[in-house]
Amino acid sequence: MSATALDLPGRPLADERESLAEELRTVGMVWEREAIRFFRTRARVLSSFVQPILFLFVLGYGMSTLVGSTAGFDFKKFLFPGIVAMTVMSTALSSAISIVWDREFGFLREMLVAPVSRTALVAGKTLGGASIAAVQGTIMLALAPLIGVHLTPLVVIEVIGMELLMAVSLTAFGVFVASHIRRMEGFSVVMQLLLFPMLFLSGALFPLSGLPGWLTVLTRINPLTYAVAPLRSVVFAAQHMPPAAAAKFTSSVTLFGHTLSNAACIGITCAFAVAFATLAVAGFGQPD
Amino acid sequence: MRKRYGTVQAVRDVSFSIERGEVFAFLGPNGAGKTTTVRMLCTLTRPSGGHASVAGFDVARQPKAVRRRIGLVFQEPTLDDRLTAEQNLRFHAVLYHVPAAQVEERIGRVLRLVALEDRRHHLVSTFSGGMARRLEIARGMLHTPAVLFLDEPTVGLDPQTRALVWEDVLRLRREEQVTIFLTTHYMDEAEYADRLAIIDHGQIVATGTPDELKRQVGTDTVGLVTADNPAAAARLEAAGFRLRRGEDHLVVFAEDGEALVPRLIETAGVRVRTVHVHRPTLDDVFLHYTGRQIRDEHAERALPPRARARMARRR
Repeated sequence: MSATALDLPGRPLADERESLAEELRTVGMVWEREAIRFFRTRARVLSSFVQPILFLFVLGYGMSTLVGSTAGFDFKKFLFPGIVAMTVMSTALSSAISIVWDREFGFLREMLVAPVSRTALVAGKTLGGASIAAVQGTIMLALAPLIGVHLTPLVVIEVIGMELLMAVSLTAFGVFVASHIRRMEGFSVVMQLLLFPMLFLSGALFPLSGLPGWLTVLTRINPLTYAVAPLRSVVFAAQHMPPAAAAKFTSSVTLFGHTLSNAACIGITCAFAVAFATLAVAGFGQPD
Repeated sequence: MRKRYGTVQAVRDVSFSIERGEVFAFLGPNGAGKTTTVRMLCTLTRPSGGHASVAGFDVARQPKAVRRRIGLVFQEPTLDDRLTAEQNLRFHAVLYHVPAAQVEERIGRVLRLVALEDRRHHLVSTFSGGMARRLEIARGMLHTPAVLFLDEPTVGLDPQTRALVWEDVLRLRREEQVTIFLTTHYMDEAEYADRLAIIDHGQIVATGTPDELKRQVGTDTVGLVTADNPAAAARLEAAGFRLRRGEDHLVVFAEDGEALVPRLIETAGVRVRTVHVHRPTLDDVFLHYTGRQIRDEHAERALPPRARARMARRR
């Protein structure tokens, strides 16, 4: 090795950038690791279904007697898409715990010192967690016949698309939060604090129409609201819903007096996803 | 490679160069600035003054070019213990852009280098501390780096495992022609290095091969107990040897004590009962330059690395 610091002006920068192919390979590898690790911990796979199933059957049947059915459409059917969203949400948010774990056990360092961009690492983490969450949400769809919800292949594809979008947004949010947390215990506490308010204020568990003003405001600033609405309306589109039922169990969101179309909701969710991903990249790998 | 640092208290004005293919050891007590120096060379910490180049690239201006050409083994473990050895290596291969067609071959090769082929598909969580450390060394070599940095590679390992790690390191140098930069506070390990620098309070106090350094602090001494010490002493002095008379023994000062033993015995002309050759140790060198002994300062190092890493994080 000789001292070459002085004769380098010609060649330095080409070597400083990664090619797109290398970046994508990194994304794929980080993604793969998330998947390997997730499916290796079977307890986590199973436990992520417990809460949604409890909500679906206990809350669903319990509330159905109170709410009653309208022209054959009951609360359980209303709840079902919300529970799918809940499954995606809790898996997506909790998948970011792998970042805290990586920090605790030193593996984060192995990634951060590698000659790869933080963007590729965050993208891999986010897509990995998001895919797992979408798979979990899709598995929940298997319960549809028990609830009497009718699904077509097209609806399933549309739902998976919505799940992925929602999962990317929430995993990126989780990565952002996890990047600022040093301890595993801290992560669990913060996630519980975030998960339930976001869930309850998203319209996953009850219709968002006719709420008191303050509650309406809270639901409208919740990013999840704009992901739940299109997911539900996609499922509802495949059901035979009489107008009375559609009015009672509304799936749409109004903002400033306008009813948002699915496309508008998806656009807003995309915007949140981009914002969270940007925050996640900026926050990732900050020194201890 | 040259570097100078102006202001940092941790590393003051350190300057040295390492030849290609050398095993270079950085020897010093805790807090001497070893890890800080390594971090700067690995582009993990920006030097606050001066400059350094590694494998021909400036650490401040071309950090990624440097990182592609170096392997790193930290003091704390950085393996994913829920993956297998192979999965850890595969992950690393991608992060360091090892061409897909070569990944298989490189993984096989580095696992052979550290004798862990039979553990390839085992989860790292089943590995002992020494095996994990050797896997990390293998991983550091996976992308054929020009320089391998090992920060306290043997800390917290038992003596047998330390010996194994050293076998690995020396085999790497022999078979992969890699330059190895390592830090240690174990005197006996620094002996294996081709050259070493002794660092204390952020400054290099001495640099050279182990033998050169030892010669700087004094010559070998040969202790002799003979049947007739005064007679032997007289003959040896007459032959030009420098010596000191002890109560029941003689101490001869010589450049290369061991080689001299036969001639000493011959010259003494009386029956020699015992011979004791003492070479200056690196401990003597450290003592000579710093006024302290390095051994006194490492009681807490007896903890295993994982426990220490956790303690460090909890602080």
